[in-house]
Order: sequence, then structure tokens, then C-alpha cells
Amino acid sequence: MSDTADGGEADHQLAETLAFLRRRLTGEYEVDEFGFDAELTDKVLLELIRPLYRHWFRTETFGMRNVPGESGALIVANHSGTLPLDGLMLQVALYDDHPERRALRLLGADLVYRFPVLGHLSRKTGHTLACRDDADRLLRKGQIVGVFPEGFKGVGKPFSERYRLQRFGRGGFVASAIRAGVPIVPCAIVGAEEIYPKIGDLRFLARAFGLPYLPITPLFPWFGPLGLVPLPSKWMIGFGEPIRTDELDPADADDPMLVFNLTDQVREVVKQQLDELRLRRGHAFPPFL
Amino acid sequence: MTHTVLVTGVSRHIGARVASVLADDPGIDRVIGVDTVPPPSLSRDGGVPLGRMEFVRVDLRSPDIAQVIAAADIDIVVHMSLVSAPPRSGGRALMKEHNVIGTMQLLGACQRSATVRRVVVRSTTAVYGSSPHDPAVFTEDAEPGEPPSHGYAKDASEVEGYVRGFARRRRDVAVSTLRFANFMGPGVDSPLTRYFTQPVLPTVFGFDPRLQFVHEDDAVEVLRRMAVEDHPGTFNVAGDGVLLLSQCARRADLLSMPVPSPVFRLMGELARSAGLVGFSPEQLRLMCHGRVVDTTALSTALGWKPKFSTAAAFQDFIHARDLAGGLPSALADMVSRSVTG
Repeated sequence: MSDTADGGEADHQLAETLAFLRRRLTGEYEVDEFGFDAELTDKVLLELIRPLYRHWFRTETFGMRNVPGESGALIVANHSGTLPLDGLMLQVALYDDHPERRALRLLGADLVYRFPVLGHLSRKTGHTLACRDDADRLLRKGQIVGVFPEGFKGVGKPFSERYRLQRFGRGGFVASAIRAGVPIVPCAIVGAEEIYPKIGDLRFLARAFGLPYLPITPLFPWFGPLGLVPLPSKWMIGFGEPIRTDELDPADADDPMLVFNLTDQVREVVKQQLDELRLRRGHAFPPFL
Repeated sequence: MTHTVLVTGVSRHIGARVASVLADDPGIDRVIGVDTVPPPSLSRDGGVPLGRMEFVRVDLRSPDIAQVIAAADIDIVVHMSLVSAPPRSGGRALMKEHNVIGTMQLLGACQRSATVRRVVVRSTTAVYGSSPHDPAVFTEDAEPGEPPSHGYAKDASEVEGYVRGFARRRRDVAVSTLRFANFMGPGVDSPLTRYFTQPVLPTVFGFDPRLQFVHEDDAVEVLRRMAVEDHPGTFNVAGDGVLLLSQCARRADLLSMPVPSPVFRLMGELARSAGLVGFSPEQLRLMCHGRVVDTTALSTALGWKPKFSTAAAFQDFIHARDLAGGLPSALADMVSRSVTG
């Protein structure tokens, strides 16, 4: 009895895989106007990074109920790790650990879109350029939009400055949230700081390649590609109480004082969350350190 | 109220179709088509029955057009005569003259005319350019990150500049500028459709641009509606949705061959000098970064949406050209039958 059920299940799965391959081969799949290929992201790209999320970083999430299930929201998180793996892990967290399997639409630096492969992978996984038009458009469509307002200052900071929140850009993200009337969900990511401890910077080479920095870590560039293996730190991702913007007038997005104040408020909350979560996690490399 | 319509660029497919549709409209008395060469006859490939359209051979770069407009008491002008690729005889300079000087002459004549009440100009979404700094979706008021610096796109943005100037000076005339995405359909012959009819599709390595198409039937319908009703302003025209270049290649059953961008550019230039499909720098950029436009303004103004989505327009094109041999899908079906059957 159970044999046939298993057989049926396996057959069903096989048929599904074949149907998937057929769609991929014949191009009969949908992408949205941003180039987001939901099927490819779920079945292939996230599948590749899930082991990293579950087993390598042993990521735990907290406060997922603060992320709305259907409507739009703006997730504002700290940025760290030399390479932006925190964005990918946040994406897995919201897709796998949120009951409504939300797709994260990150706003990325234009540097990403200048590079071959990187730019189109970024679009296929749902991300787009950090600009006002795209942010407004995604929020209006009720999507979960993610931003790292620290930008390169955050992701590229030296290991000695870990968990020190940098300045929060110009507050453009806050203005977008006000225009769309969606809540801002502050988010703290603990663990990314330790994956590639940046202890030096090859400034000269970085400039030659047009990069914001070229890190020296304990493993890179000494061990070549092996240096790209992230250290297995313990990760925690926490989502805080949403900060409402629907009580404000969309026209308030043009009031710089209000936008600055709200930006500061969000930054303070993220900072507080970050400290709490870091305390809660304890050592970065349990059970060794 | 009777109408006399002037349509420029009737020697080409969409222009001829617009002229023919307007000639069938009982509300319109006369349709005068102008171009430098006569439209293809019905017996030849791509011929369209032109009905009552009267053809006048006029070089738009000459002031003769003013006489045509004055003599016939034209009240509606549909300006379709924008060419996207240099003609076989002559080069880029001739193309630019045709596009820009031609438009200036036409608008100059319209400004003098006491009868012209409505001007519809065909433009292109290429005016937005295509770069990694641009938003994913352009609305009509978007400023391009890098304004087009050469070729067709530059012509089109200059043409639009003159059209805006004309609209300012003649506020009593309803001026509609239509920014079309790439035309697609059985009768369309453009650098892009020729690109898709190659046996092997060279693509730029590491890029998979988002493309948008507008079906020729929808393009003709939009132009017709704009010609018979007042809808002043600038409108993006494109089919719903987007297709990635990789999707297009798979749907058309084409083998794509990714090459690094310098090689792609070189191939484009070689092909052009050999008189085959050529790719200009702005098309190379399109093949890297793609371009998508928002069409809300158009559907709001017309209360109508294009019948063909981007995917349907492309499907119609590959169906008409008999491109979809369906080898991959047939293979996939065979495998799935043999495994599950």
C-alpha cells in the first residue's frame, strides 16, 4: 500500500521535474517587468543557497510576524559581510520561514548592473536598481522591498568596526515608504560580519577594477578561490515592530525634516535590535569560540 | 466635419497599413500618402491594399510638403516617416537628414497651415536609452540616465524636441507623440526581426535583456485612434509584459551563442558592412540592459489596451515566419512520455 503511494509520489515528482524542464527549454515561463523569474529563483537559485542558510550559517529568524503577509512593506536592514551574502540570506529567510513565502525585492547598487552575469542574475532573482522609480513601483504593487541604507560603507567596513551601524544614506527609502503608505520593518542581521573578516583593503587594485574595495581577509587572497568560502558563523535575523507611515500624507515625502527624523528613528531601532540580537547569539562560532 | 489626412512614410509596412485603415474610415474624405518611394504594390511581398489613398511622391527634406498641405487643406497629419536604419544607398548622414530635416520641414509646413488641427508623430522608446543606471520601467516623464548620443535614438529625441517646440507654438493643434516599443508581427521587417530570423542568435555574454514588443495590428490601431481622436501628449506604446532575450531564443527555437560584448559589437559592424543585419551601438546597449516602459498613460487616455501582449506578439511573429520547429519541446515530450508512460 505504502509502496504504491511512494511510487505515485515519485512519479508525480518526476513528472513535475520534467514539466519544469520543458518550460525552461521552450521559454514558456513568465518573468515580471523587472525581470523577476519566480520559478527559476525558487527551484534553482534559492535551492543552491539553502544549504548555506540552513547548515552552514544555521540561521534562526525572529519576529517574522512583523512582516505583512500580503501587502507591501519596506524592510530596512544593516549591511555587512564584505560580499553581500546577507541579502541572499534575508531572501531565503522571507521565502522559507515566512508563512506566506514572501519574495524579497532588494534595491541594489548600480555597480551590480554594470557587470555581466551579476546584473542579470540579480534581476532574475527579483532585485533591481536602488532608485526612486523602481522602489515606488514595487511598493505600489504590494511587494516586500528590502534596502541596506548603509550601502558600501556598511558591507565594506573593516572587521574592527563590526556591528557599528554606519550612516543611513539620504533617507530616500523612507520617502518611498511614505509615498506608498507602507510600513517600514526594521531588521537586524547578526552573523554576516564574521563571514569574511576584512582586515585590509587593496585600494590600488580596487580602483583599477572600478570596485569600491578589494578586501584582504584571513583567507583571501592567500588561498585563492578557497578564500571565498565564508566562515561558518552563527546567524540570526530579527524583524522588529513595523513603523507605520500610512498616517502620514504622501506629500510628507517631500518634507526633508520629517524624512530625516524618521530615518534617524529607523536607524536607532535597527541599532538597538542589532545589539540585542548580538547578545542573544553570543559567540560567533559556537561551539568553538 | 470632413477630414483630410496626410500620412508620411507610406512606403513602409506600418505606414502603408495606417494609410489603408484610415482610407477605409467613412469619416475621412481623403487620405494622402507621401514618401520618397511609392508603396510596394499588392503583388509584391509586403504590399497592403491601399484603397482610396492618393500617393504623392515628396521628399520630406524639401519644402514641397508645404504645398501638399496647403493644396489639400490637410487637417490631420500622421508622421510615420522615421527610419531606424540607414538606407542601402547612402549612409547615416542621409538617414539623419531624412529623420530630422524631414520632420522640421513637415512641422514648419504645419505651423504655417491654417487647417491642421491634429498631429500624430511616431517616435520610439529608444529615446529612453538603455543603461545600468536606469530604472527598470520607464514612464513618459522619465529622464534617461544617459541620453541617446547617436543613431536612430538620437534622431528620435531630436525629432521629439522639434515636436515639443511645435506644440508650444501652436497650442490650438493637438499633438500626440507615440513612443513605440519594437514592432513585431508577420509583416514587420526591422533590424530586430531580421536578428530573430538568423539561424544562430549571437547574444551578449552575461546579459539577458528584458524586451518589449508591440504587435503591428496594435500599432496600427493606436495610430488610427490617435488620428481620429484628440489625445494630446506623449504616450508609451508596448504590449503587456516582457520577454527576456533568452526566452525569445527558446520560444523561436534558436540556438543562442553568447559572445563577449566587444566581439558582439565587432560582429555587428562586420555584418553591417557586408550588408547583412547590422547592429548599431544603441542596439548593442539594448541587447545588454534591455528596456521596459509603462503603458498606463496610453490605456487611460484611450480606454483601450493592446490586444497582443509582448509574448503574444512574438508568438505571432515566430508562427508567421515558421520559426518554431519545436525540437526542444518535442524532445522534452518524448522523454517525459518514455519516462512516465
